[in-house]
Amino acid sequence: MSALALEVERVRKTFTRKERVPRPNGKRGLFKQLKKEQVVALKDIDLQVPKGEAFGVLGPNGSGKSTLIRLASTLLLPDSGSLRIFGHDVEHDATAVKRLINRVSVDAAFFKKFSPIENLMYAARLYGMPASEAKPKMRAIMSRLGLKESTFTQPMEHMSRGMQQKVAVARGFLTSPILLLLDEPTTGLDPHSKRDVQAFIREIREQHNATVLLTTHDMEEADRLCDRIAIIDDGHIVALDTPKELKALIPTTNGDKPTMEDVFIALTGRTFEDAEAEKEEVAGA
Amino acid sequence: MRSKAMIREMRGAYAFVERNINLIKRYWGWEVVWLIYSLTNALAITYIGNGMSAITGQVIDTQAVVKYLLVGALIWQYLSVIFYAISEMIAWERWEGTIEYTFMAPVSRPTHLVGTTLFAIGYGVVRTLVILVIVSAFFQLDLSNANILGAVLMLLAGSVSFVGLGIWAAVLPLLYPERGAQMTNAVAAILLLISGVYYPIETLPQWLHPIARMSPATYVIEGMRSCLLDGLGTRALLPTIGVLIGIGLIVIAIGLAIFGRVEMYAKRAGRLKRSG
Repeated sequence: MSALALEVERVRKTFTRKERVPRPNGKRGLFKQLKKEQVVALKDIDLQVPKGEAFGVLGPNGSGKSTLIRLASTLLLPDSGSLRIFGHDVEHDATAVKRLINRVSVDAAFFKKFSPIENLMYAARLYGMPASEAKPKMRAIMSRLGLKESTFTQPMEHMSRGMQQKVAVARGFLTSPILLLLDEPTTGLDPHSKRDVQAFIREIREQHNATVLLTTHDMEEADRLCDRIAIIDDGHIVALDTPKELKALIPTTNGDKPTMEDVFIALTGRTFEDAEAEKEEVAGA
Repeated sequence: MRSKAMIREMRGAYAFVERNINLIKRYWGWEVVWLIYSLTNALAITYIGNGMSAITGQVIDTQAVVKYLLVGALIWQYLSVIFYAISEMIAWERWEGTIEYTFMAPVSRPTHLVGTTLFAIGYGVVRTLVILVIVSAFFQLDLSNANILGAVLMLLAGSVSFVGLGIWAAVLPLLYPERGAQMTNAVAAILLLISGVYYPIETLPQWLHPIARMSPATYVIEGMRSCLLDGLGTRALLPTIGVLIGIGLIVIAIGLAIFGRVEMYAKRAGRLKRSG
């Protein structure tokens, strides 16, 4: 098995967006007129993540973080370039890749009328896990994440967003992936739930030597959890280093240590909010 | 090693059986509504046979018409359950937003299909039996002359083709996140029109006859009527069963090939993301 958990070579990903175009002179027609527009999400990205590393991808909304995670999850195919997970190409050897990974995304997608146990059992069976192994493991992970036993058999639709996200984290860890793809796993969580999830990620890394690819726009989270961080903006990697080295790029002012946000501003000349606003403007244009 | 992989695939297939059983349990109210709809539909259609003499003012063998319509209604009920259960294998995941998680799991599409088919056949048989029992209370059904074994074989052979057609229809929700599931209704409606479910296909316009002969449902329904109403022997049914299995295997092979290509397209175009 390759010593590199993830190799990304000159990966480019473009999406086609269709927009409704008003007819000339404000006329109304039977069929709507559509204009196609190309949106480049990733622009020839190169990246290498060694086995066992916690690698962060930090960037504003729309910067290409989730596209990168989806490509590594075999849910998207690149237009050009290649992605390999432990030496397996995500496009041509997808089944081997799928056995090595799991993903937690920002939207906790579940069968909402099922209980956490039913949802996790469905996931476990899809990964070929026997029920005798899956049941105690899912209970242990959910308990570790602070979920009460009484919630295990309640419909997910009755659970709070934070609780649902914890079940999503449990689903991601249940199959013991050696590459964990965490796509903003703590976005929208209350501070207590956020700490629970972050502690669990650290614990799993220490116990299982799993590799973690974490996308976030939470500067503090990236700093706390990651060995190295790539700062991504508009589909480009603008910096890649350890949190310490990245912060060293910025001089200390008035005795205040620089934050990752300072690093982003120094590298791009914009705040996260500016970058997101620009993206929305382009989308709305 | 091979047996380990086989066990893993079996667990994967069972995931879909268990998931669908759980969906029935959780949406039991909808199941009751759907059952009442199917039952009243079958009754309404069959009562047309009962009223034939009154409608035309002529002496008609209403028993024969009732049996003809009832067999059509029940078989269509079964086949459409198979068709919808397979075609909804993607639609459910779209509705619930779980499609990315299922497509990310190391379970092959044929395994996905086997699990969904096992559930669909079991569910279809149980549902059709429930409707048959209730409908029997409304009409005098004399099936003493029926070839039950032949009917079961015919139904199983017909299921193969409908699994294939279901795969074709399952492509629609993959391609069209918002409206794909509704489009499958049009496919079912066309099959109902051309397959001689409630009338002989000879009553259709001449230009539709060759198309009707391409529908597997035409063979299933003709075969079932021969078994249940005329008591045709199993040996005499074998050529029709052979045709049905042949059509079924071709339809499944083409369906899987199309599905594979559309899945790749969906991954290239980013169509898995939207929950619809």
